[in-house]
Amino acid sequence: MKYLDEFRDGERARGIAARIRQEVEPNRRYALMEFCGGHTHAICRYGIEDLLPDNVRLIHGPGCPVCVLPSGRLQAAIDLVERERVILCSYGDLLRVPGAQGDTLLKARARGAELRMVYSINDALDLARAQPDRQMVFFAIGFETTTPPTAVAIRQARREGLGNFSVYCNHVLTPPALRALLATQPATGVVDGFIGPAHVSTIIGSQPYAFVATDHHRPLVIAGFEPLDVLQAISMLIRQINAGRAEVENEYTRAVSAEGNRKAQRLMAEVFALRSTFEWRGLGWLPDSALAIRPEFAEWDAENRFAIPPIQATDHKACACGEVLRGIKHPEDCKVFGTACTPDHPLGSCMVSAEGACAAYYHYGRFRQAAAS
Amino acid sequence: MSPRREIFARGLDLTHGCVEMSHGGGGRAMAQLIEELFLAAFDNEWLRARDDCAQFAVPAGRLVMATDSHVVSPLFFPGGDIGCLSVHGTLNDVAMAGARPLYLASSFILEEGFPLADLQRIVESMAQAARRAGVPVVTGDTKVVERGKGDGVFITTTGVGVAPEGVTISASRAQPGDAILLSGALGEHGMAVLAQRENLGFDAPIQSDTAALHELVAAMVAAVPGIHCLRDPTRGGLASALNEIAQQSGVGMRLRESAIPVREPVRALCEFLGLDPLYVANEGKLLAICPAEAAETLLAAMRDHPLGREAAIIGEVVADDHGFVEMETVFGGRRLVDWLSGEQLPRIC
Ligand code: SF4
Repeated sequence: MKYLDEFRDGERARGIAARIRQEVEPNRRYALMEFCGGHTHAICRYGIEDLLPDNVRLIHGPGCPVCVLPSGRLQAAIDLVERERVILCSYGDLLRVPGAQGDTLLKARARGAELRMVYSINDALDLARAQPDRQMVFFAIGFETTTPPTAVAIRQARREGLGNFSVYCNHVLTPPALRALLATQPATGVVDGFIGPAHVSTIIGSQPYAFVATDHHRPLVIAGFEPLDVLQAISMLIRQINAGRAEVENEYTRAVSAEGNRKAQRLMAEVFALRSTFEWRGLGWLPDSALAIRPEFAEWDAENRFAIPPIQATDHKACACGEVLRGIKHPEDCKVFGTACTPDHPLGSCMVSAEGACAAYYHYGRFRQAAAS
Repeated sequence: MSPRREIFARGLDLTHGCVEMSHGGGGRAMAQLIEELFLAAFDNEWLRARDDCAQFAVPAGRLVMATDSHVVSPLFFPGGDIGCLSVHGTLNDVAMAGARPLYLASSFILEEGFPLADLQRIVESMAQAARRAGVPVVTGDTKVVERGKGDGVFITTTGVGVAPEGVTISASRAQPGDAILLSGALGEHGMAVLAQRENLGFDAPIQSDTAALHELVAAMVAAVPGIHCLRDPTRGGLASALNEIAQQSGVGMRLRESAIPVREPVRALCEFLGLDPLYVANEGKLLAICPAEAAETLLAAMRDHPLGREAAIIGEVVADDHGFVEMETVFGGRRLVDWLSGEQLPRIC
């Protein structure tokens, strides 16, 4: 793991930043969207915007798994744990995401619901093995990165005949979200290029993004989550834009290939099937954008085992998460940013996870807002 | 050592025995546990007196008192255990007033069924830590809760000490222009515990930095009696400690990321889990804030002590109505170092 420092190297960062400053055309505007929350976090954590010329603007995308989970799906989980008395195993971030009427899993826990904060689905499997008399439900969320481990766990549960383990599946797919974003964009402008996903691309490869270049004429550069990766990708995007090119390029060649991880893809295909439609917070209902557990594994599908009903919940009326997730609004443009909505009392999902744009701005960038006012 | 041993028909089974409800019941079983386990380890004149309290004379000066509860899981981790941690934690809290710790009290909440062998290991570790620090545990208490109502063992320790004349150290005394010093590398305790708890098997595990800091503090106070603030950045890490001081003193802070020491294994594990070392707990590090002109003297005094070898000046205090702790990143960008909200959580993206 020694290599990590190398990608942090301040000298190299300043070198790339200087090159960017030289190469940008002063009368042009470069609006670049980083799709992933991991990138948003790195940008804010390292103050990367401070190194860029004024006409290069970063727009934050919807690639934060916690942020795009709609409140209805979350409320269904709250209802499930309270109604069926199951033990719900969840990533910590989900505990604070608002469901219907601002209810959260944390509040449910205070009312007596049993929740276990886990770091991975394997912890949930272990808990199921240790407490065979209790129903253990894993709250699965995430893009293609976290999907293969869920597939492995479901297969493992079947192999062991673990009758008290199931998965509440909320896995979503990256390309349909990008497609939906681009569908709402004018032919040129708003977003001039994309910083493409890091970990997701290690699984799906670079090919699935081809439509961004061919159908929408926007460049996309896949980049790792290290801050130097992000800077390098920005520099590559600027070169493409200057040259009038729109191509899928790969900055993250140390981990991403064109075809991705075939074994992980096969695993996903074995356990999951496409849902015809799925609701995303901010993006609405998107066709073919999420995964369901295949009927062969229905026994380990919590939605099947507990007949979880669909819930339609509305978000807080002041919440601008939808616009923030589509890159239309900057976090600080939301009226309740930093006042009614803070990480301690989030009104919207973007203020919860470290990968959420509002949380990132609140944690790392609030002094800018203070300086401006 | 034990004049009353004859009243216990059989000795405690420290190999296979477990904590029972009767060990907290006030009867013979409890007397035996105290006698054969606690007294055997902590042995000193105050405990031997077998009073419900300890009496001692105190030197002149300002009395300093601190208390701390310890609920760490796992109980044993690379570099320490809940026993030595509970001694160091309270000694350090007393020391952060610039004081010399003198006496400790400790109170145990034990869970029914907890192995006596583990309890003995923990108590021995506490006793050793107290002996090394030269601060005796002079009084204590034990309660037992039913199985399932505790997490093995909870330990609360209380310490008293005396601050020398002319030393006034408080988190409310930071002033614009002051220098901020850190005694060594960040994040070792928190990551040692996390790696153990999450079973992240590593060839060379990260060791907790748990240590008693009062001797380092004594050397620092001797070199620069005018230190304004001292704080050990435990839970919530450096970020939380600095935000607390900034708030209490009504000032802001500017840090330089490149000056903050973090060792490679901690950095790598934090990176892997998506955690920020600035928020990870330390149990053997301290932060000092002093007038800028005394900073080099203080730094030299810290580096002269084994627990301050890697000390560094990491930033300065500034006037700032917002009380922001800001940092220049290794890239030359700026970021806020905010309060921790909720818990620090690994990334899932
Ligand atoms: S500030 Fe809060 S309510 Fe507004 S967009 Fe962000 S998360 Fe949503």
